[in-house]
Amino acid sequence: MRLITHNMLKCHVKNCTDPDRQFPLRFKDVQLEQIEAERNDEFLVRMLPRIDWPALLKTTKELGIELPETVPDAPADDEGFLQALHTAILETHVRQGTMLCDGCSHEYKITNGIANMLLAEHEI
Amino acid sequence: MKLKQLEGYLGDVATFKEPKVQLEQYPTTAHLASRILYTAETTYGDIDGKAVVDLGCGCGVLSIAASMMGASHVLGVDVDTGALETAQENIDEFELGDTIDLVQGSICEQNSAGVLSLNEGMLSQMEQAFDTAILNPPFGTKPGNKGIDMLFLQAACSMARGAIYSLHKTSTRDYLVRKAQSWGFECEVLAELKFDVPMMYKFHKKKSVDVQVDLLRLSRK
Repeated sequence: MRLITHNMLKCHVKNCTDPDRQFPLRFKDVQLEQIEAERNDEFLVRMLPRIDWPALLKTTKELGIELPETVPDAPADDEGFLQALHTAILETHVRQGTMLCDGCSHEYKITNGIANMLLAEHEI
Repeated sequence: MKLKQLEGYLGDVATFKEPKVQLEQYPTTAHLASRILYTAETTYGDIDGKAVVDLGCGCGVLSIAASMMGASHVLGVDVDTGALETAQENIDEFELGDTIDLVQGSICEQNSAGVLSLNEGMLSQMEQAFDTAILNPPFGTKPGNKGIDMLFLQAACSMARGAIYSLHKTSTRDYLVRKAQSWGFECEVLAELKFDVPMMYKFHKKKSVDVQVDLLRLSRK
């Protein structure tokens, strides 16, 4: 799972509703892999407004991945920014590990790149 | 990529090892998957360089087709572990791990009265996150699943900013078009098909049943 996907995953356990805690999910004991992917600047610029930037910053900091603090005014013209964004969201894969909810402590497992967001009956 | 080429590649996608009837698991054929994605890109420009979501991805054939037609990012969502394992094997085999992610999750939830509704808790963070949605949803023919086809379509409409490509029983067309309109979407029937749906009725003599199916394209008004 790449970080672009992690940026859309929040905790949905019943009664876990604090938006500041349930998203983004915190990575724990993760195994990362960088896989090169073709860069499409038009795609990156278009996706930019849909990305939760504070959440992405928080996550990349936790994982030790380089990402500028702020989005430049003209991202389409900023080569360095686009490359950093591309690497962070499309080339960084989480192969194994856990995603922890800071709100309710629920743990979502990632196995062979697949995040399991299913909940038990009592958690729905 | 040419249509024939795409269809050829998709013919090598491995399908369900042990299909679960309750989940209405049957593979979307290479013939159909190739035509849906080829049309979506060449007629409508909905795939190349886009973020695509595949709801109820099963073994991943639609996701793989989307990636082959140039999608920059594809997310496949399915509830079943077995299907996702096969989907990941397919993705690895085709070396498309650089563009396709899989998430195990449930689009729907069932309350204590057995009524199905959308899993808003999971879906709310994905609202309009994608350009295009592609799906071959369960039709809701199994006990307790009535209405699941409309819920999948509704989820797709909330997740995609652009177009939604989905397959639904022709018998539901009028109802579906009205619903889509009420959500603010235009609905176009791109093709009328006959589906060979396996094991639709558990104790039926026939192993599969022919069902009239519409390939639909929904877009915001």
